[in-house]
Amino acid sequence: MAERRFSATRLPGFATIAMLAFLALYIPILTLVVYSFNSEVTMGNWGDLTLAWYGKAWANADVKDATLRSLTIAGLAAVISTTLATMAALGTTRRRAFKGQTFIYVMINQPLMVPEIVTAVALMILFGLIKTVTGVHGLGYLVLAHSAFCIPFAYLPIRARLEGMDLTLETAAADLYASAWATFRRVTLPILMPGVIAGAMLAFVVSLDDVVITEFVKSAGQDTLPTYMLGQMRRQLTPEINAISTGLLLVTVAMLTAFFLLTRKND
Amino acid sequence: MADIHMSAAEAAQIKTSARHGWLLSLPALVVLAAAAVGPLLIVVVYSFLEAGKHGNVVGNFSTDGWRGILWTKDIFTDSYVLADAHLTIFWRSIKLSFLTTMTTFVVGFPTAWFIATRPPKARALWLFLITIPFWTNLLIRTYAINEVIRAEGLLNLALMKVGVISEPLKLIYTDIAVFVGMTYVYLPLMVLPLFAAIDRFDLRLLEAGYDLYASRWQVLRRIVLPIVKPGIIAGSILVFVPSLGAYVTPRVLGGGKQMMIGNLIELQFLAGKNWPLGAALSMTLLVVVTIALLFYVRAANGEKSHG
Repeated sequence: MAERRFSATRLPGFATIAMLAFLALYIPILTLVVYSFNSEVTMGNWGDLTLAWYGKAWANADVKDATLRSLTIAGLAAVISTTLATMAALGTTRRRAFKGQTFIYVMINQPLMVPEIVTAVALMILFGLIKTVTGVHGLGYLVLAHSAFCIPFAYLPIRARLEGMDLTLETAAADLYASAWATFRRVTLPILMPGVIAGAMLAFVVSLDDVVITEFVKSAGQDTLPTYMLGQMRRQLTPEINAISTGLLLVTVAMLTAFFLLTRKND
Repeated sequence: MADIHMSAAEAAQIKTSARHGWLLSLPALVVLAAAAVGPLLIVVVYSFLEAGKHGNVVGNFSTDGWRGILWTKDIFTDSYVLADAHLTIFWRSIKLSFLTTMTTFVVGFPTAWFIATRPPKARALWLFLITIPFWTNLLIRTYAINEVIRAEGLLNLALMKVGVISEPLKLIYTDIAVFVGMTYVYLPLMVLPLFAAIDRFDLRLLEAGYDLYASRWQVLRRIVLPIVKPGIIAGSILVFVPSLGAYVTPRVLGGGKQMMIGNLIELQFLAGKNWPLGAALSMTLLVVVTIALLFYVRAANGEKSHG
């Protein structure tokens, strides 16, 4: 009997391919990180272990400027998109299906379905018109664009959290004559909070990562960190880009780790 | 009587509930309409206008933008000839997107299977390891693969050190570089839905099938494939759609020479200065992607009603 035992966990070759896939995924990223510590400019020469490229990036006014702008946009977009997504999630879950609900779903998920380059071009045309007419060139356009495409990312974890929520506490609060607002403030929102924070973090990461839409919407002198890097990649590459990438990578990993801890604890 | 009263009250309640649903969703809908859906309509309008001499458009109706997708005007004879350069770019986009989808599947399926069949604790860790690249900036990952395949990159250094080659391979700025790059950046998009599909089903079914003397191949074809089919469709769409609209990866790894549709669109708005053509190309891309997504929705719904 033991001879013809089939084990789904041990299909021939599958583990090998999986290991190779993980190696393939991580070798380039690790290469990028390792060479950010190389004192030589070219990969062929390994000089000394150095933090000089980090120092150089830190002292680079353009990088500092782009980083601050990235963080500002991502922070604002995360707050705006999460607020709107929380309201929309409350509006579309835990109530009897209503007319137009599918339309709302499609609208919310629309940024996931349209190729980024198409949205980028569309926004460039529209915002370009508005910029010409009003003469206003502020960061508002980028914040608005980012808020829009972050909505589906913020919406998903919040909705998932709402759908898994126990209704009895809210009913109990209502039975004890709590007003609808008080019930929401004191009961619903605290239980919902991990979903809201998770949504905000995803929105923040997605905004921080955006290249294409930002590249087309930004006015002169409005580089974010990714568009600054894209511009640099046309020129001579130095490990300074590796240092900036590693910094951004660290932020992403930190956010993801926090996201996983948040969503797992409340399973 | 009481019944009618009840249902009237109930109906009113449902109506209020629906109104609240709409009111709560309204702010999100307004932002999406202003900065995601609405602007697409302007692109449609622009695709039917005349190109301005120095970019932008002139307010006359014209179908030149749409015609320009496939035909260009010969400056000398004023006749229309097939736009070879565009055809090459379309063919490259479709070819590389298909190849990317196939390759990510061939690599992604065993990977997803491996993750799904680990014990719970290890599974969470492997899954986390797939999720990190998934959420890492696309530009950084493109740059990372560039570090490996460029002329003086890791791959060439290693191969030359071992002595397999004496001259660096010219991978960068070729179709192969774009293909390798897209496979690299989109692999997690294939693995995650495949994992979700495999994870949902009871692996003991396989053992049952095997115990009943089905061959490995029969088990795979008759039991595994039907069950993970929704995951395969989802993964393929998730890879194919962004591949077709790729912009960053072909720009960095194709070096502006191996263009894909996304780069062709950009060219019309920057250097090419033919906005209506760029708008028409954008709409074409959107339509193709939408058809692919509809196909996915239909396939996914078909699965549900059968199973």
